[in-house]
Amino acid sequence: MRSIVTVMGIDRTGIIAKVSDCLYRHGVNVLDINQTIMQNIFTMIMLVELESDGADAMLLQDLEKIGKEIGVDIRMQNEDIFNSMHRI
Amino acid sequence: MINTREIMETIKMIDDQHLDIRTITMGISLLDCVDSDANSACEKIYDKITRKAKDLVKTGEEISRLYGIPIINKRISVTPISMIAGASDAKDYVCFAKTLNRAAIETGVNFIGGFSALVHKGFTKGDKILIDSIPEALATTDRVCSSVGVATTKAGINMDAVKLMGDVITKSAQLTADKDSFGCAKLVVFANAVEDNPFMAGAFHGVGEGDTVINVGVSGPGVVKSALEKVKGADFGTVAEVIKKTAFKITRMGQLVAQEASRRLDVPFGIVDLSLAPTPEIGDSVAYILEEMGLEKCGTHGTTAALALLNDAVKKGGVMASSYVGGLSGAFIPVSEDAGMIAAAECGALTLDKLEAMTCVCSVGLDMIAIPGDTPASTISAIIADEMAIGMINQKTTAVRIIPVIGKGVGETVEFGGLLGYAPIMPVHGYSSDEFISRGGRIPAPIHSLRN
Repeated sequence: MRSIVTVMGIDRTGIIAKVSDCLYRHGVNVLDINQTIMQNIFTMIMLVELESDGADAMLLQDLEKIGKEIGVDIRMQNEDIFNSMHRI
Repeated sequence: MINTREIMETIKMIDDQHLDIRTITMGISLLDCVDSDANSACEKIYDKITRKAKDLVKTGEEISRLYGIPIINKRISVTPISMIAGASDAKDYVCFAKTLNRAAIETGVNFIGGFSALVHKGFTKGDKILIDSIPEALATTDRVCSSVGVATTKAGINMDAVKLMGDVITKSAQLTADKDSFGCAKLVVFANAVEDNPFMAGAFHGVGEGDTVINVGVSGPGVVKSALEKVKGADFGTVAEVIKKTAFKITRMGQLVAQEASRRLDVPFGIVDLSLAPTPEIGDSVAYILEEMGLEKCGTHGTTAALALLNDAVKKGGVMASSYVGGLSGAFIPVSEDAGMIAAAECGALTLDKLEAMTCVCSVGLDMIAIPGDTPASTISAIIADEMAIGMINQKTTAVRIIPVIGKGVGETVEFGGLLGYAPIMPVHGYSSDEFISRGGRIPAPIHSLRN
């Protein structure tokens, strides 16, 4: 299953490292990364591949924990929600 | 890969504009639960509901996590209980309501709909007993919703039922007087009731439906309003286009969730209901969409035209986004559940008469309107009759969910809490409709019902 990870917040060192590390620990493969500063907000979007078919509650919890630790918003959503909304 | 702008747009819709899936509703047929013994019937009903819907809430939460989209309500609708209980020897059907309530608690859903009867042409024994049981059923349960269909375009209006429902609403208000007559918030009177509506309080599982089905209702007034903010001053063609495009995106998400829920629960997908369902939260209001179109306050002249455009554009955008559209599909205008409607009613811009006009062009009808507790039952019946006439003549669903708040009058407000919000008590006409309502009988179906 492919999902989109979005990370938003104030830029600081270690964001990519921490998020990537967490994904690595959960066996998630990163397929693509896109990073910009939008209206002074650090925005990183990652396309990732998961082995499971459903939402991995532990992974989501870990991402949330890291987000709180470094002061950014992290979410992971199945790619289909974006495809269905923006593609016919 | 989907681009950054599109991803951010979706996230913004969810975070800032209150986009959510309003409800995943599982329809369950109870036709195989009939029994001449009421206790056995109740047992069968409880078993079937708790078996079929045991994973509903859990699955809803999983899907919510998977897509990162809030799914606010998980609910159940069942076959109108009058049809099931009618076969039994029970003298009142409160026990059936209590059974539904127990099943709702066990499965974890917040509402269960279907304590219902369809009496647009006449009453069966079961219909009569069910309607008489409604006030007590609503007072002694907290998750059961009730609806009664009293008119259709094909059959006309059953004015005996209209008269009866005025009394039932009054009695429900009295029995729940200690909770600001909350019982009435769980009771809807319909014209042209639909069989696959996922929204409460009017959801029931029609007899034309399969054994079980998943129907989904989306939301998103805030998304539409935000989209319109970007086209300030543009002509109505542009406004309609913007609404259509937004409705398309919202509905696609509903379709995705419906299909996923259907797959995981192994229950056929029924329909997506396109309705824009507001909540009392600021920024999630249908009234504010109308005001965004250029009205100083919702309820002023031009409101009906604005609502007509909105309702039509929502359908046009949504219909292409889903393989099966159904339910009520339009724009809801529940007063107490919409911050903009509440504000408009409080300042006097929005009146009951204007709301009635608006129901000619929106998806349902007079919804969540608080009126003085001393309103005569015949006046409530007359309000219902007017609304049923609009539905019957215009071949659309209309409904009345009105709450005479015992002990309160115009100028006061009533708080229902949660998604049901709060409402100022709105004035009704003081002149009597008593003689009109006491005539009884049936208003014949209109000439355009003869389409065959």
